[in-house]
Amino acid sequence: MKFIDEYRGAPEAQQFLRAIERLVTRPWTLMEICGGQTHTLVKSGLDRLLPPAVRLVHGPGCPVCVTPLELIDRALALAARPEVLFTSFGDMLRVPGSTTDLLSVKAAGGDVRIVYSPLDAVKLAQKYPEREVVFFAVGFETTAPANAMAVYYAKQLGLTNFSILCAHVLVPPAMVALLSAPATQIQGFLAAGHVCAIMGYHEYLPIAAQYRVPIVVTGFEPLDLLQGIYMTIAQLERGTWSVENQYARAVTLAGNQHAQRLMAEVFAVRDRQWRGIGLIPQSGLGLREPFAAYDAEVKFQVSAITAPESPLCIAGLIMQGRARPSDCTAFGTRCTPEQPLGAPMVSSEGACAAYYQYGRGADFSLPLAALPQQDATNLPER
Amino acid sequence: MCLGIPGKVLAIEPNALAMPMGKVSFGGIVKEICLAYTPEAQVGDYVVVHVGFAISIVDEAEARKVFAYLREMEELADLELEQPE
Ligand code: SF4
Repeated sequence: MKFIDEYRGAPEAQQFLRAIERLVTRPWTLMEICGGQTHTLVKSGLDRLLPPAVRLVHGPGCPVCVTPLELIDRALALAARPEVLFTSFGDMLRVPGSTTDLLSVKAAGGDVRIVYSPLDAVKLAQKYPEREVVFFAVGFETTAPANAMAVYYAKQLGLTNFSILCAHVLVPPAMVALLSAPATQIQGFLAAGHVCAIMGYHEYLPIAAQYRVPIVVTGFEPLDLLQGIYMTIAQLERGTWSVENQYARAVTLAGNQHAQRLMAEVFAVRDRQWRGIGLIPQSGLGLREPFAAYDAEVKFQVSAITAPESPLCIAGLIMQGRARPSDCTAFGTRCTPEQPLGAPMVSSEGACAAYYQYGRGADFSLPLAALPQQDATNLPER
Repeated sequence: MCLGIPGKVLAIEPNALAMPMGKVSFGGIVKEICLAYTPEAQVGDYVVVHVGFAISIVDEAEARKVFAYLREMEELADLELEQPE
């Protein structure tokens, strides 16, 4: 087993689809949290093969998309400084700030570099002691341990020319915010498998019980998603709301304790703005006091920059499951991957990018046989 | 962002600051991966890798359960079809 191709078989997918069809007696609305799952659903055509009674809405699980505009503008201000070597994951580069993006700053002479891992940014700081290396630390719980290690490691090495622009967000508080919104339509969640690989899924037990929603921890391949959908609907049809784990090959109830320990040592929980959604209490991470010297906002005094959101983009509604990308009047016309108005059009996990890339809105569906065989080729960029 | 890709651990080697690093193969593409969060990983294990870090060891027994689940589901459906109400 290689744990990829096995979960892409068309006959098994058909079996799951038939089973879901047999199971459904009325309409249900489920939300997949993670943008990676949105992409699998749309790319494999599963969103069109599911019975019409099963409605999937796309969640806020695209960290690039929820990073507030003012943080992007701070990143742009930092990247433009002559002493700064600015490092970032690839899909942050095209995200529009209020006037420009990182790629344009790079084209204008800013030293902006894409890294695969935050440790690569630390290595750059070692290699160029005369430069100030700043890493744009964007991500959910999945990425936080890696970024925590980068800071911890830089401190162990005694580096003084490394810092991070911290934009970390947490999933469970966002789920609570979505569920407590007055007109919420979400009846069940597919929880993000890799977030749970780090955090486990005990945090979801009180959420499922309080809001009476089934939550199924789900993986990222087509068969994972189909099984997650089957398990969630089986609960809805039965009238139960427990937390189940579809992705047990990578997720345990307690999660990865080694990662949680370093995350807790380096980061503290803070209130955080989500782009398009607003402030969600206790939903972000900031650096703890012993690591304050590694906080780029403090080091370079950029925290005063604030910016308003564009009124055209409905990304906030999409990420709350209240609209789909095809509902946006700018979709595919004024907003395209070449001329994006919002982050979800350019992030590799953005719902608008998935709809655009795989022709949702146009009239064709991808057969399951067209699933790609190997994902490892995507590796160097991310 | 939360992309995680399973790869096979080919070698484990601690670096200067005692951070366990390893060579992990993704269908033939080999990368240097930090194993600090999966210290139990052995050569030959599959790990889920995200931004250069192994975040969990793939449990092979659990990995097969999707297919067992599928079989059970089908058997159940056959049973239901055979028994008219
Ligand atoms: S299509 Fe563009 S403008 Fe519309 S919601 Fe998506 S990112 Fe925003």
